[in-house]
Amino acid sequence: MTTMTMAKALNAGLRRAMERERRVVLFGEDIGRLGGVFRVTDGLQKDFGEHRVIDAPLAESGIVGTSVGMAMRGFRPVVEIQFDGFVYPAFDQIVSQVAKTLRRTDGAVRMPLVIRIPYGGGIGAVEHHSESPEAYFVHTAGLRVLTPSDPQAAYLTIQQAIASDDPVIYLEPKRRYWDKGEVDLDADPFALSPWHARVLRPGDDVTVACYGPMVRTCLEAAEAADCSVEVIDLQSLSPLDIDVVAASVRRTGHLVVVHEASSTAGLGAEVAARVSEECFYSLEAPVLRVTGYDVPYPASRLEEHFLPDLDRVLDGVDRVRAF
Amino acid sequence: MMADLPSLYRQMLRIRRFEERCAELYSGERIRGFVHLYIGEEAVAVGVIDRLTPDDAIVATYREHGHALARGIAMDAVMSEMYGRTQGVSHGRGGSMHLFHAPSRFYGGNAIVAGGLPLAVGLALADRMQDRERVTACFFGEGAMAEGEFHESINLAALWRLPVLFVCENNLYAMGTALARSESETNLAVKAAAYEVPSWSCDGMDVEAMSHAAERAVALVRDSGGPVFLEARTFRFRAHSMYDPDRYREREEIERWRERDPITIASTRLIERGLMDQEALDAIDADVTSEVDAAVAAAEAGTDEDVADLERHVTSGGVRP
Ligand SMILES: Cc1ncc(C[n+]2csc(CCOP(=O)(O)OP(=O)(O)O)c2C)c(N)n1
Repeated sequence: MTTMTMAKALNAGLRRAMERERRVVLFGEDIGRLGGVFRVTDGLQKDFGEHRVIDAPLAESGIVGTSVGMAMRGFRPVVEIQFDGFVYPAFDQIVSQVAKTLRRTDGAVRMPLVIRIPYGGGIGAVEHHSESPEAYFVHTAGLRVLTPSDPQAAYLTIQQAIASDDPVIYLEPKRRYWDKGEVDLDADPFALSPWHARVLRPGDDVTVACYGPMVRTCLEAAEAADCSVEVIDLQSLSPLDIDVVAASVRRTGHLVVVHEASSTAGLGAEVAARVSEECFYSLEAPVLRVTGYDVPYPASRLEEHFLPDLDRVLDGVDRVRAF
Repeated sequence: MMADLPSLYRQMLRIRRFEERCAELYSGERIRGFVHLYIGEEAVAVGVIDRLTPDDAIVATYREHGHALARGIAMDAVMSEMYGRTQGVSHGRGGSMHLFHAPSRFYGGNAIVAGGLPLAVGLALADRMQDRERVTACFFGEGAMAEGEFHESINLAALWRLPVLFVCENNLYAMGTALARSESETNLAVKAAAYEVPSWSCDGMDVEAMSHAAERAVALVRDSGGPVFLEARTFRFRAHSMYDPDRYREREEIERWRERDPITIASTRLIERGLMDQEALDAIDADVTSEVDAAVAAAEAGTDEDVADLERHVTSGGVRP
């Protein structure tokens, strides 16, 4: 076991994937010499060369579109988008090409492409630098969406995403980049499938489902709660592993879904609908959402009010029990 | 509108002193979020905006404090915006990257690289449709020329013959990416000319040269009614943003450009021509410094948005049948 930050764990995972497979190539803005704004690709260009870690000009649509062509020829491109808000110029390529090529060719052409996006708030930035765009991608059939919540998960899931023959939108919770955790660098990334939710803390009274940056917040809330809270890290947002959540709800009867993204038509809505389809009669209260508000990401002075925090999660737990 | 050298100098110094203070305030965590300093590039905004009339429109980037000040937006409103105060020019909602003031025809900073270009074309089209003979000056970095929006915008402006002045602030680096690693054609005026747009380059460190180039460019936009592309060759003395460790430029390169500091060039010339002596220059500096002090005091005394207003103006609900 080695103690490292999530950013370092991602770097180690990328390195492993590049060692394993020659056709893994990295594209992005300032990812080579500079090692990326968050230093996730630090040192990789030096070790693997400029032909495998490619610094691209400012051209998000071009970068993702180029990767589509590379993927068609059997390469496994890994694109870095600098910040969540800069993925939108590439949205057309993602939705119209990346997501649809496999089905359009009736399975003849695979899209083994990973798009890494630092996402979420909490670093005192502003709109374009703090957004949570996951629902757009989850809503788009043909994409897989993963988000790690700790260094170990990051180390493994980035390798699994790269190994996937389907395109993966890989969302990195940027405010957790510097959080440290134990990482087993010898762990076999293919021993377990990444497309599952994980029970991170067992409990009996309330189930809290969360992902990415909110996992730590929810674990802290569970610690502070005056009842027994089960915390589930969804990890795979598409496909969504509802079985693990439903199994938990069958025991606890209460569900709170937590995310930073706005509430309307977000992951919370999807989880609530699926759980009520799966185990309606186990629910002792309506599913509750604790989320960001339905407003554009606010200025840094207000972000602490926008983001769900420990108190808001605990309040959600109390309310769902008091129903 | 051409101002004389003393007042161009003063405008540049206002921007310089304002931003130096911003850097300190950022380190002291009074200003948060992202801050991109214009230090070293002041002659560009000052030289161009001086040649515009108040009716002409301006579109800028996230590196736009200088443009806002040169346009005449009050310094305390800009500083308050940096702080995120409701007294700010965008009521604290825009911050450093999204200064916006329609009454001054200042149509915003923009955090998205090349995000401002298409809307500049739209402003010009609206002017054209309403028979207003106005110019829209659109500022952007050379890095933006790699984005599709640049190409779509300049093509539309040329195709529809719209009065847009495209001002490319070529500071040679887009964050850590040097021009030659970003552009297939590093002579940017040549690239723009491919769209049948009159294009040329000028010295962006010399405010008088800048002013003359802008005079010619603005006049051509007005007379022809079509777009012009002006490349201002300049350099940013500071890192890309307050987050950037600036590991990609050689110290010597920065030092070489610092020798061409636009403010020093102008002050040397003022003295050489006998237009001002050191005492007069110091007096301007003192004056500008007290303007900055007052702006900081106003921002410190400002108020933050009430959390209860978070949902205000997400949509307008307006209807006009
Ligand atoms: C669409 C988009 N991609 C990436 C970024 C991140 N970013 C902000 S500024 C910048 C460099 C832009 O360079 P340039 O256009 O030359 O202007 P300069 O910053 O040098 O003034 C980058 C990569 C962004 N803001 N928007």
